[in-house]
Amino acid sequence: MGASSMIVLILAGLTFGIIAILLARLVNKGSTNKQKGQPYECGIPTKGKTWIQLNVGYYLFALIFLIFDVELVFLYPWAVVAKKVGWFALIEVIIFFFILFMGFLYAHKKGALKWV
Amino acid sequence: MFSLADISKTIDTWLRLHLNDTWTLVVEMVIAGVSVIGLFAVLGLVLVIMERKVSAWIQIRLGPNRVGPKGMFQSLADTVKLLVKEGLTPDGADKFLFNLAPLIAIVVAMLLMAPIAFAKNFQLWDMNIGVLYITAVSSIMVISVLMAGWASNNKYSLLGAMRSGAQIVSYELSAGLSIIAIVILTGSLSFNEIVQSQADGWWIFKGHIPVIIAFVIFIIAATAETNRAPFDLAEAESELTAGFHTEYSGMKFALFFLAEYVNVFIVCAIGATLFLGGWMPFHIGHWDAFNHVMDFIPSSMWFFGKTFFLIFLIMWFRWTFPRLRIDQLLNLEWKYLLPISMFNILLVTAMAILKWHF
Repeated sequence: MGASSMIVLILAGLTFGIIAILLARLVNKGSTNKQKGQPYECGIPTKGKTWIQLNVGYYLFALIFLIFDVELVFLYPWAVVAKKVGWFALIEVIIFFFILFMGFLYAHKKGALKWV
Repeated sequence: MFSLADISKTIDTWLRLHLNDTWTLVVEMVIAGVSVIGLFAVLGLVLVIMERKVSAWIQIRLGPNRVGPKGMFQSLADTVKLLVKEGLTPDGADKFLFNLAPLIAIVVAMLLMAPIAFAKNFQLWDMNIGVLYITAVSSIMVISVLMAGWASNNKYSLLGAMRSGAQIVSYELSAGLSIIAIVILTGSLSFNEIVQSQADGWWIFKGHIPVIIAFVIFIIAATAETNRAPFDLAEAESELTAGFHTEYSGMKFALFFLAEYVNVFIVCAIGATLFLGGWMPFHIGHWDAFNHVMDFIPSSMWFFGKTFFLIFLIMWFRWTFPRLRIDQLLNLEWKYLLPISMFNILLVTAMAILKWHF
């Protein structure tokens, strides 16, 4: 069906979701109770805000992910022609991986992959 | 013989007889949309009951057995239950993002359906960059999870979303690298051509040990990317109540739930297409009589059979392995799977160049 299928799928997803939510809203009227709006944590009113500055332990992982993800995108065009190009492609990717792996080892030595 | 491609062709020719080109396209778009929505609903119902039955079977109990014959209508009853539940939005939540997140989840799951080859010559969009499209679109999933966790204004949700984000982005790497192994062997990013290349044998049989390593890594990464046990840290019930969808109820929760199950189906479909030959029937060398019998089974049956086998495998994992801790999870990816799959790429390339695969 070609590229128009993307429009179809986006519209289908939106209609499915919106119809489901609206139908649910139509079926039940809901009740009003102040306690219902409270965050679901453990029963007693919550202490402190949620939206504060916090140390996300995954920050360094995300940075390394960014490098490797870009690498992955570089690999796709290479992978398509690797078989045709032959040995040169293998040597090329060995050099590419070597440089990347050195960076990875550096991050590892610096303790970026250690959970704190 | 029953064939999805024939049905779609018949509809197309019939429409072209009665309408002009523009209206044919419009009607076909509507039919495609409705059938994808139908597939969605059926998949949701089937996978939920399958999960409960498989888990019951593994734990030697009966599972749901009250609604309908052997409890087969249980998930239908659950849908009705979820429909009449009240959809709450917490007072402190970011209302717009909170309501947008389930819609994004469902649209992303829907978009992933586009390049999958369900049967012979039966595909929504036979694009030449199918594999790249799948990896690109599936990473939008993280946004809906983070959005839901952040907008809920709940500490459990926020922690669950952060964990889920870290997990999904980490395992995307090894999943991508094991997909690349097949791309090297095939020399194409199109799903159709990848399936065609397996006409004389599936890659898991043709590709020797490197492809089997890639397959194992892909299955592990697929389990992690769909947030399923043993990698279900994002919604670990005993630690975070329900992770990023703690605050969701009623139909909005159901949409997340549905998107999650459809994602399981999609990663299994990709695994089946890349490694197990998609809709290609099982052939053995020159056993012509045997091959002919295999050809007689419709191609859609092959595709769904392989996909459901992989889904069964993933459900089996859930009841076999205990949940990992977050540092173990990140160690597994960064210290084992990633270096192994990088080395595996080199092996596969050497194999492809030397033509050692059959």
